[in-house]
Amino acid sequence: MDLTVLIIKSLVILAIFGITLLIATYSTYAERKVAAFLQDRIGPNRAGPLGLLQPIADAGKMFFKEDFIPAQASKWLFILGPCLAMLTALMSSAVIPFGDSIKYASYDVPVQGLDVNVGILYVFGVVSLGVYGIMIGGWASNNKFSLLGAIRAASQNISYEVALGLSIIAILMMTGSLSLRHIVNEQANVWEWNIFTQPLGFVIFLTCAFAECNRTPFDLPECETELVGGYHTEYSSMKLGLYLFSEYINMFTSSAVISTLYFGGFHYPFMTQVHDALVGSLGDVAGHNVATLIGTVVLFAKIFFFIFFFMWVRWTVPRFRYDQLMNLGWKSLIPLSILNVILTGAGLLYNIKYATWAIVLVMVVLGATNAIKAPRRKPVAVPQV
Amino acid sequence: MNQFDSFLAHLKTLTAAGYMFYGLGFITLLSAITVVTARNPIHSVLALIFTFFCLTGHYMLLNAQFLAIVNIIVYAGAIMVLFLFAIMFLNLKQDDEESKVTLTKTAGVIVGGVLMVLLLSIFNAAPVGTYNPGTFDAQTGMVERLGIVLYSDYILPFELASVLFLIAMVGAVMLGKREAGDPHF
Repeated sequence: MDLTVLIIKSLVILAIFGITLLIATYSTYAERKVAAFLQDRIGPNRAGPLGLLQPIADAGKMFFKEDFIPAQASKWLFILGPCLAMLTALMSSAVIPFGDSIKYASYDVPVQGLDVNVGILYVFGVVSLGVYGIMIGGWASNNKFSLLGAIRAASQNISYEVALGLSIIAILMMTGSLSLRHIVNEQANVWEWNIFTQPLGFVIFLTCAFAECNRTPFDLPECETELVGGYHTEYSSMKLGLYLFSEYINMFTSSAVISTLYFGGFHYPFMTQVHDALVGSLGDVAGHNVATLIGTVVLFAKIFFFIFFFMWVRWTVPRFRYDQLMNLGWKSLIPLSILNVILTGAGLLYNIKYATWAIVLVMVVLGATNAIKAPRRKPVAVPQV
Repeated sequence: MNQFDSFLAHLKTLTAAGYMFYGLGFITLLSAITVVTARNPIHSVLALIFTFFCLTGHYMLLNAQFLAIVNIIVYAGAIMVLFLFAIMFLNLKQDDEESKVTLTKTAGVIVGGVLMVLLLSIFNAAPVGTYNPGTFDAQTGMVERLGIVLYSDYILPFELASVLFLIAMVGAVMLGKREAGDPHF
C-alpha cells in the first residue's frame, strides 16, 4: 500500500475512533438534557455554559472514586469484565462506511475503517460478543444480584440476536451482498432505501437493537427495582464508568448501523446533482471531497436522530416484565421476521420490491379490528354530590 | 543440534504469514491446554472461548473470511455463551471430588491417548494439497464462492444438515415444553 493512502487511511480510522468517543461522551450529557426536557426540568446547567462541561466533571468524579474490588471476587475477571465491554463496543464501528471517498491527487480512499466483504456479519459477530463483558463482570463480582443480572443479559441477548439476524437476512436478500458499502450504494435512490422496502424488518431490527444495547424498555439486566444495580452492583469508580460508557458507544454504533442498513447511509435526495454541481464549480478533487463531507454530515444527522430516539423511548416507555420480554422476542418477533424473510423471497421471485408492505397492511387491519371488537370500558361512575 | 539448525534455517525462510501462523499456533495450543488444566470451570470455558478466537485467526490466515466470522458468531457468540450460562448456574465451586476417582482418570487418559494416536496417524497419511501461486484465485474461500459450491456440488449434504437441525430444534422444543400440570418456575 502506498504511504499516502496509509496516512489518509490512518487519519480516517483515528477520526472515527475519536468521534465515536466524543459522541458517546456527549450522549451522556444529551441523555440528561433530553430527560430533563421530557420531564419539564432544566437538567445539568452548572458546569460550564449550558452545562456543557458536565461529562468532563462526571469523568473526573468517576476517576477520583475509590476503586473497590470485593474480597471474594475473582480479581482478574472482575477487571476483565469492563475492559471487554468497552473493547467490543468500540470494535464494531470499524466496518461502517461513514462517507463516500476522499480524493487526494490520484488516490481515492474510502471513508471507512476497513471494507471487508463480510461487513455486516462482522458487526453481528461483535454484537454477539458484547454479552461477555457483562457475564464475566457479573459472575466475577461474587454477588447473587450481579449474577442474576448477567444471566438475564445473556438470555436476553441470545433471544434477540435470532430476530436481529433474521431481519438482516431480508436485507441481504434485497442487496445480494454482505459488504456494508455495497448495501449503502444499493440505496442511492431515496425510494429504494430499505426503510421503504423493508418496513417490518426495520421495526424488528430497531426493537432488537434496543434489546442488544440493554436500553429501556429492555434494560432488565440492570433492573434496579429487582436486582439492586444488576450486573454492575459491585462496581465502582471508572470500572463502573466503562460499563456505563460502553452502553452509550453501543447506542452510537447501533444508530450508525440502523442508518446504514435502512436509511441509505451517507446518501440523501438529489445527491448526484449536488455532487455534479460541486465538481463543476470547485474542480474534480475539491468538489468531490466537499460532496463526501456533505454526505458524512447527513449520515451523522441520521445517527443523531436515532440517538435522540433511543433517549426519547427511554424516558417514555416503561420497562417490560421479564416474561413479557421473552414472549415478545420468541413468540412475536421471530415468527414475524421469518414471515418477513419468506415474503421478501416471494417478492424477489416475482419482482415486487415493496412486497413486505403486505404484512404491515395485514397487521394494521388486524390491529384495527381488534381495537374495534375489544369490549368497551365502562365509564367510571362519578359520585354525585 | 542438526535438527535445531535446520529449524532455524526454516524460520529464516518464512514470510510474515508464516510467523503469524507459528505465533498464533503457539497461543492456540497454550489456551487449549489451559482448557483442560484450569481448576475453575469458568476459567476453563473462558480459555475455550479464547481458543475459538485463535481458530478464527487461523481461518483468516487461510483466506476464509466468511468461515472466520461464522466461527465467531456461532461458537464464540452463541454456543459458548450458553456454556458459560449453564456453568454459572451450576455453581461448581464446591468441587465434586468424588467424580475424580482413579478409574475415571485412567479411562480418560486411555481414551485421550488413543484419540491422539488416531489423529496423528490420520494427519500423517492425509495428502496435503498444493497450489500454484501464479494461478491462485484470491476469491477462494470468500462467501460468494462458498455459496456457489455449497448450493451446487454439496446441495444434498447441506439440505440433510438443515433437516438434522430442524429435528434437533423440534426435540429441544419437546423437551422444554411445559405440560399442564408442571410446576411453574
